[in-house]
Amino acid sequence: MDVLDLARLQFASTTIFHYIYVPISIGLALIIAILQTLYVVKNDEMYKRATKFWGTLFLINFAVGVVTGILQEFQFGMNWSTYSRFVGDVFGPSLAIEGLLAFFMESTFIGIWVFGWNRLSKKVHLLSIWLVSLGTILSSFWILSANAFMQSPVGYEFADGRAQMTSFTEILTNPHLWVQFPHVLFSAFLTGAFLVAGISAWKIYRKHDVEVFKQSFRVAIIIGTVSVLFTMVFGHQQMQHLYETQPMKLAAAEGLWQNSQDPAPFTVAAVIDTENQANSFEIQIPYLLSFLTFNEFSGSLQGLLELQEQYVETYGPGNYIPPVKTVFWSFRIMVASGMITLLLALYGWYASRKDKLESKPLFLKLMTVGIGLPFLGNTFGWIMTEMGRQPWVVFGIMQTEDAVSPTVTFNEVLFSFISFTTLYAILAGVSVYLFVNHIRKEKHVEQVDQVTEDPFEEEGTAVVS
Amino acid sequence: MSLSEFWFILIAILFIGFFVLEGFDFGVGIVSRFLGKNDLEKRAYINTIGPFWDANEVWLITAGGAMFAAFPHWYATMFSGFYIPLVLMLLALILRGVSFEFRSKVNNPKWRNTWDWALFIGSFLPPILWGVVLANFMTGMPIDQNKEMVGGFIQFLHPFALLGGVMFLLLCIVHGLQFITIRTEGTLQDRARNVGVKLAPFTILLLLVFILIGLYTTDIFTYHGSLWVIVPFLALIALFAANVLNIKKYDGWAFALTSATIVLLTASIFIGMFPRVMISSMNEAYHLTVYNASSGDYTLKIMSYFSLTLLPFVLGYQAWSYYIFRKRIKKKDQLEY
Ligand code: HDD
Ligand code: HEM
Ligand code: HEM
Repeated sequence: MDVLDLARLQFASTTIFHYIYVPISIGLALIIAILQTLYVVKNDEMYKRATKFWGTLFLINFAVGVVTGILQEFQFGMNWSTYSRFVGDVFGPSLAIEGLLAFFMESTFIGIWVFGWNRLSKKVHLLSIWLVSLGTILSSFWILSANAFMQSPVGYEFADGRAQMTSFTEILTNPHLWVQFPHVLFSAFLTGAFLVAGISAWKIYRKHDVEVFKQSFRVAIIIGTVSVLFTMVFGHQQMQHLYETQPMKLAAAEGLWQNSQDPAPFTVAAVIDTENQANSFEIQIPYLLSFLTFNEFSGSLQGLLELQEQYVETYGPGNYIPPVKTVFWSFRIMVASGMITLLLALYGWYASRKDKLESKPLFLKLMTVGIGLPFLGNTFGWIMTEMGRQPWVVFGIMQTEDAVSPTVTFNEVLFSFISFTTLYAILAGVSVYLFVNHIRKEKHVEQVDQVTEDPFEEEGTAVVS
Repeated sequence: MSLSEFWFILIAILFIGFFVLEGFDFGVGIVSRFLGKNDLEKRAYINTIGPFWDANEVWLITAGGAMFAAFPHWYATMFSGFYIPLVLMLLALILRGVSFEFRSKVNNPKWRNTWDWALFIGSFLPPILWGVVLANFMTGMPIDQNKEMVGGFIQFLHPFALLGGVMFLLLCIVHGLQFITIRTEGTLQDRARNVGVKLAPFTILLLLVFILIGLYTTDIFTYHGSLWVIVPFLALIALFAANVLNIKKYDGWAFALTSATIVLLTASIFIGMFPRVMISSMNEAYHLTVYNASSGDYTLKIMSYFSLTLLPFVLGYQAWSYYIFRKRIKKKDQLEY
């Protein structure tokens, strides 16, 4: 293991960790904004209770999302300084604008929202949560515009040994961005929706405050169903886009060593033998891959081996085949999570419309377990995207091994890796504990605790929500 | 003025904004666990910054993003060079950020105490580390011809840097105490004022020593002519006046002056660095400057449009949030934490 491996491991683990909390923030902010809108419009206290209940979870989650994000912002300079020098010109502006446009908005209005319940008019207070939600969405757009450049570089030229921006418009209209952003956005909405629906299902099952949670379930399941459908549609478009821009990743995702038959079958499962560069066993559905890639039942795809030869011709000698097994299985886990989510969501919508939830204990339990599904999709989606791009850090321009900081030592990275992962493990434990603790409480009315520790102060009450 | 010079100024402003705003957050985070005699009081103290601290921290994030975009070499050299201090600072900021949220969520003294400690440590480390970094900005660092900082961590900890760390820590504490005096009343306020009065002489003294050593061992305060030495001394005078006004209970003015101290001090360092962004102690030719470390003109132009359009809005709604929460915090208030 060297500095490079360690820096990669650190990037992967801290980013995946950040991305556990991120989609919850994006999804919950939207759902809370909707619930609070219902409260303001219908003036029904039930929605306010719901808003507050989800608000508490949101804030715990948001705190972890924010602090893990700070590390992300500096990690490029710390571990990937050569990369930062090389692409800062094109990559940096997205991050800077994200801070200016999105993070300021999120963080200011979250403060206003938390502390403003009794200080602002209902409508202005409602506006603040909508601005938080907008902030999270803008933030994902800008960070993805940076990531899309790494996947499919546009709008730059080489000058003075660096990539320099020539067209910001091209960066913002990067076709990769416009399939990736909707896919990520809807998968984040889906994540939040399944969290709300799953917890609500548990609450209904336990008969806590059933009316409130039936409403929450309904709002969430509608958002969830719509989101999973859009996630799939845009995922499908991403596949087709990959065919154009990163055929190697696509071939790896399909475990396709040789060029495929025409029409190409979709491989459901395979035993992949990386050593011999072949699959020893495959289960296939005929025609499907052609259809997924070309929208028609014919057409052949290039395999890894032929692409490798082509890449050698274009980029010089080297191994351009990403870790096939990881990419292949990550893709399947993501798609499977989408399929199961869709089934649950459809049934949930139906049961919620017919008001049959309470009589379906098994389904309620399934929904609770289903909270985990979108997380699988998110994590493995990113693993597929990022590992499938290897050995490149910026596709076709810079390889990951050339990106790492030259002066940083192994021990320094080891120190930071160990300390961040330890701290993150603690954060994970505490945030899960607080989530469960909050959810388990049967009553969620605001409690008033009397504080009389101070002998000089007779009165002293505080409201804890 | 060229675009890269303009961006140097903008980044300096973002950092200065961060030091002023997050400066009092750090101060409040440090003192709350000692000034607050019981949980309710601690909560009241923490609540003085409750709605603001996150947005204040974004000044740093945006400064980092702007450095990345406008001066990739500065961003890369600084963050890979100050590796260990930066790791420590990030660990501290992480701990601090979650402790605001976590401490209130379980009603158990041990739990609260744990997160109060986390808040303390998380607020205590960053000002020291920033002080160290600022002092190293002044003295220069071993930067080689490849724009890389070499030589490891220990070299940052020379006596002047440690002085910078302690000085900046005290400055943030005094600034935080002053913020408390404008956000609270009654005993809560008096306590902060009294501690502030006690700490002020040490802070003034350290600042004086810091400026004098800086003046004799670095070129920062006089790089553009000896007249510029006025700026750091104005910072010193502001701090002195702040203390006088604090004693006379002109809280608002006193806070304005501790803010001015931080602005003037950090501004004097940025001014003295210009046009260098990182000073090489190895060779003048290896300095990173606004000219050799910057992005292309196109990028800078795009970023200028965006920032000049967005910044007024950001400043506007941040000011608005301070306006909404202008009411002083009393112990009897409903506290959200
Ligand atoms: C698809 C969305 C998405 C992705 C891919 C990332 N983030 Fe993130 N980030 C968010 C969406 C988000 C968010 C929803 O806006 C967060 C999460 C929770 C929160 O508070 O804001 C956030 C927080 C957050 C913060 C703290 C903001 C604050 O203090 O308010 C920073 C500095 C970053 N992120 C930076 C990054 C970087 C450098 C990433 C790339 C490696 C990254 N994020 C990936
Ligand atoms: C938030 C969701 C993301 C996740 C979960 C994620 C995950 C990963 C993973 C697993 C790797 C390691 C790949 C490997 O080493 O084989 C990686 C690498 C990398 N990613 Fe991402 N990524 C995310 C978003 C981003 C974004 C938005 C950017 C840029 C703006 C980015 C930039 C990078 C860089 C610079 C590397 C290089 C390090 C490396 O290749 O190991 N990532 N990411
Ligand atoms: C059946 C449906 C799905 C298909 C066909 C699909 C397709 C894809 C493809 C092809 C990529 C890689 C894009 C690239 O490397 O450029 C991707 C990435 C990703 N997927 Fe999916 N996906 C599906 C479902 C899901 C679900 C259900 C989730 C999460 C809830 C999810 C979350 C992600 C994420 C977070 C990424 C990484 C970001 C990105 O590059 O877009 N996907 N998906």
